[in-house]
Amino acid sequence: MLSLLWLIPLLPLAGFLSIVLGGGRMRGSMVALIAVGVVGLSAAMAAAVAIRFIYLPPAGNSFTQTLWTWIPATGFMPEISLRLDALSLVMVTVITFVAFLILLYSAEFMGGDEGYARFFAWMDLFVASMLVLVLADNFLLLYLGWEGVGMCSFLLIGFWYRDSANARAARKAFIVTRIGDAAFVVALFLIFTHLGTLTIQEAAARASREWPVGSGLAVAAAALMLAAAVGKSAQLPLQTWLPDAMAGPTPVSALIHAATMVTAGVYLIARANAFFTLAPFVQWLVAVIGAVTLLLAAFAALVQCDIKRVLAYSTMSQVGYMFLALGVGAWSAAIFHFMVHAFFKSLLFLGAGAVIMALHEEHDIFAMGGLRRALPGTFWAFLIGAASLAALPVVTAGFYSKDLILLCDWTSKSGSVWLWAAGLAGAFLTAMYAFRLVFIVFFGELRTKPGRKPGFRMGAALAVLAFFSLSAGFIQIPPDIVNFSPLSELLETSLPRLSAVSVGTQTEALLQAVAGLAGLAGIFFAWFFFRHPALVERLVLTPLGSAFRRLWLEGWCFDRAYDALFVRPYIRLAEINKDDCIDLLNRTLARACESMHYLLIGTQNGRVRQYAAAVTLGAIVIIALMVLL
Amino acid sequence: MILVWLIAVPCIGALLAGISPRGRELRCRGVTIAAFAINLALTLALWIMHPAVLRLAGGGAWFAEFDRAWIPSLGIRFHLALDGLSLVLIALTNFLGLMAAAASWRDITEKVRFFHVNLLWMAAAVIGVFLAVDLFLFYSFWELMLVPLYFLIGIWGHEQRLYAAFKFFIFTQASSLLMLLSLLGLYFIHGRATGVYTFDYGALMGTALSPGTGMWLMLGFFVAFVIKLAAVPLHNWLPDAHTQAPTAGSVILAGLVLKVGAYGLIRFAVPLFPAASAQFAPVAMGMGVASILYGAILAFAQTDIKRLVAYTSVSHMGFVLLGVYAGSTVALQGAVMVMLAHGISTSALFILVGALSERIGTREMGRMGGLWAAAPRMSGSLLVFALASLGLPGFGNFVGEFLVLLGVFRMSAPLAAVAAVSLITAAIYSLWMFQRACHGPNSEGWVIPDLSGIEAAIMAGMISVTVWLGIYPGAVLNVTREALESLRPDITSAVSSKR
Repeated sequence: MLSLLWLIPLLPLAGFLSIVLGGGRMRGSMVALIAVGVVGLSAAMAAAVAIRFIYLPPAGNSFTQTLWTWIPATGFMPEISLRLDALSLVMVTVITFVAFLILLYSAEFMGGDEGYARFFAWMDLFVASMLVLVLADNFLLLYLGWEGVGMCSFLLIGFWYRDSANARAARKAFIVTRIGDAAFVVALFLIFTHLGTLTIQEAAARASREWPVGSGLAVAAAALMLAAAVGKSAQLPLQTWLPDAMAGPTPVSALIHAATMVTAGVYLIARANAFFTLAPFVQWLVAVIGAVTLLLAAFAALVQCDIKRVLAYSTMSQVGYMFLALGVGAWSAAIFHFMVHAFFKSLLFLGAGAVIMALHEEHDIFAMGGLRRALPGTFWAFLIGAASLAALPVVTAGFYSKDLILLCDWTSKSGSVWLWAAGLAGAFLTAMYAFRLVFIVFFGELRTKPGRKPGFRMGAALAVLAFFSLSAGFIQIPPDIVNFSPLSELLETSLPRLSAVSVGTQTEALLQAVAGLAGLAGIFFAWFFFRHPALVERLVLTPLGSAFRRLWLEGWCFDRAYDALFVRPYIRLAEINKDDCIDLLNRTLARACESMHYLLIGTQNGRVRQYAAAVTLGAIVIIALMVLL
Repeated sequence: MILVWLIAVPCIGALLAGISPRGRELRCRGVTIAAFAINLALTLALWIMHPAVLRLAGGGAWFAEFDRAWIPSLGIRFHLALDGLSLVLIALTNFLGLMAAAASWRDITEKVRFFHVNLLWMAAAVIGVFLAVDLFLFYSFWELMLVPLYFLIGIWGHEQRLYAAFKFFIFTQASSLLMLLSLLGLYFIHGRATGVYTFDYGALMGTALSPGTGMWLMLGFFVAFVIKLAAVPLHNWLPDAHTQAPTAGSVILAGLVLKVGAYGLIRFAVPLFPAASAQFAPVAMGMGVASILYGAILAFAQTDIKRLVAYTSVSHMGFVLLGVYAGSTVALQGAVMVMLAHGISTSALFILVGALSERIGTREMGRMGGLWAAAPRMSGSLLVFALASLGLPGFGNFVGEFLVLLGVFRMSAPLAAVAAVSLITAAIYSLWMFQRACHGPNSEGWVIPDLSGIEAAIMAGMISVTVWLGIYPGAVLNVTREALESLRPDITSAVSSKR
């Protein structure tokens, strides 16, 4: 069974190829069947592999499959080889499963779009690249997947390409993440030059053996990888592309910009955990970046009016939680939150998509309202998603994963009360913006009459995701409730355990209660402000209130700053030198020759008098020189 | 003997194309395509058979040789030899020749016969350059390339073709003169020292030179090759020539002429003068990095889409220069991969851009937009090659650039890091170009036919080769390994062996 591992990424790739080569001639239903079918098969394969892996673990708890030597250069032989261990297993299962549901949803959602085949081709290619990313055995192959998902993200953000704004958003996403990618490439050079291999396990082992903790090389390698992760995962300071990326179709936002691709940075850091352990400062930076991003993004999410932008900032904020977990060494907790987030955030996006479709491409939440009765299925799905996002205690999956992160911040040896407090404040804000959305969109009076309601395929996807948004948390229950944690037991076969200070059960329960209360308080405030809109208005009208509102609406004005600091200077530089100043030298030389030419031509004018004068003058000069010298 | 055939086939083709009766253009095109196809088949046969390595005087890892006296009194021989490096470059020449001939099917309608004569003549000369191991013979082929190219640009080019052709001619001719001087200098120094006056590559290889003389002679070769390679600050002929040339001319220029410069550096400039090259390497690498970044910024500044593509060549060839002087086999292998991958991806971009501007009658990007709907196959191909040129893994360009920078990093980490900035700048110009043409509103309401059958076939071929280079570069790396290892500009060992 395990030897069929290569089929998991290959199936979506085959789907992509067959749609690209035959898409023009295929009917829409055929395209959807192929596109959804291959990912479904891939998910089934992943499930089979998972069962085999869990019940009959391979030797060393990992399985490596080498397909061929990718680049047989002298002294450098990266291979195309896949590695399955607990970490990649969880990633692969979640990715194929969520992707299958989202594609199923899209088969209906994208119906009638002129680019139907194009959409599915790129989605399949995305899934294939993402699977390569998480299955790669070496950093170079990981980088192939990494760039592949970036490219698909670019293509899908710009899917409705006729609008220049979408094209700009697509370009921005690619270029901003490429800044991180450039750092990633340099990290690869550094690792290979100093450790002699790009195989992840081997490099990590050698680094742990040869580099002392805190050594310059370790810090450099970890910092460069952090830069890469920050770009892909939309964390400070490279987060600006994500809100604009919402220009893509909603299923794209769900799959790429919520569930999978943006968590690639989290995966990278977890995968390369050895390097971060060797560089405690960089690891601390991971936590700080996560904490700051989760707060800034949560504030920004509070004031957005576009339903998808709220969710985009929310994604940024939730990935910040994962970074916070990684930064204190709670590797499994980060992956747990990745999994739960994949379910509830794609549920939220798909729910939002159903709303947007029903309201004829309306994105403004203040044009929505009162949809609870009109779209009951969507309402319940969205409510469950929002509850999970807000970490509603006990019943939602989000509670378990977020609680674990907060607990780890408190107990980890590298944790601190500040990180915990940031996470707690974030939990409050998260609940507030999540339920602000729920109340504004689904409660109150009906503003726009909904049109098309979700059909079977969209409904099924929503239902399954809703189920998992509630129940996925039960595979990792805190010990003070029931001692049941198969997920972290599985993950700890490939990720280090958290080195924690043990706290009593009472403290643990207290922390849980505080975290739960923070979420409930957030929901309460959302409801309070929803019921008292006049209060909100008065708050916004104060000078401080309006200043903050504008600041948050623009995502803390990073775009403006980057525009002034980098974008415009680069364009200006390019414009100034459009005609290539070096060519000026050549042109001057050419012009000098030319004018010399005309000068000399001027002497040859056929006037004998001038010739005679010139001869005389010449003779005088020569004689004068002879006399004087 | 097969080496002579590789040069003879295009010559015979040129003859047949030239004497084909007026008005029978189809025959002329057919002959050209047949000549390139036969030659390509010969090359691929050699590649697949992978003949045993011959050991010739002066080292190297040759697969085949052809040696006859030519002007014995001056020690000039008609000496051809083929190793892995020449082999892959000749394969590229024939492949691109085939593509260029096919791309001219609709593009060239005037003076068809003379056009094809020039195309084949050019190919013969380029193949000669890749095969010659007698320096005088090499120089002859080198000069032979100039004339057909001048005609190609000057006769079938665009609005400023004469200016561009003239500029190209002056740049190359001036540089050739420097090479000739260096070549003769080497000939006489070697002759005086050993009493044997010869232009043979293997014999001249070990010539003992004082550091000063070595540097001057090396610089003569270096300037000649680097002008062909179009490295900053000697690149200014390139944008004009590439932009003004007809599509086939741009393919030849980008795909082959630049490669000839790189080949010269790898085959002659470095191995003949190892000590001087080692000393000069930092400057050359600096020029490489400057080219990479400067070319990328200039490419982004252009509004003429063809000129944009032309400047990307400056940027990409900077990687080759960097790889040749980085002093490690990996970097050199990377440089060769960049040569091949760039040859294909940039040629494909020129074919696409040519097809596009021929359809809408302008090269100004400001007037394009939204062409995806009108021409999805063309836009898809443009996308593929834009992605290849921004160094996306999975395409050959990535493999080359990665290997080059990997090699450079070992020598100078900061230099590699600066060069890695090109990942960003390349993304900027590539995406800008693609989106400017294919995304956004179709404000001028272009309705254009999509790729024709021939064009689609060209693109299918070129896409397959780029992807093949990207996921299985072993085919190239294995056949060139021995040659490159023996040519390795291993700067440290070269210095020690001289002392």
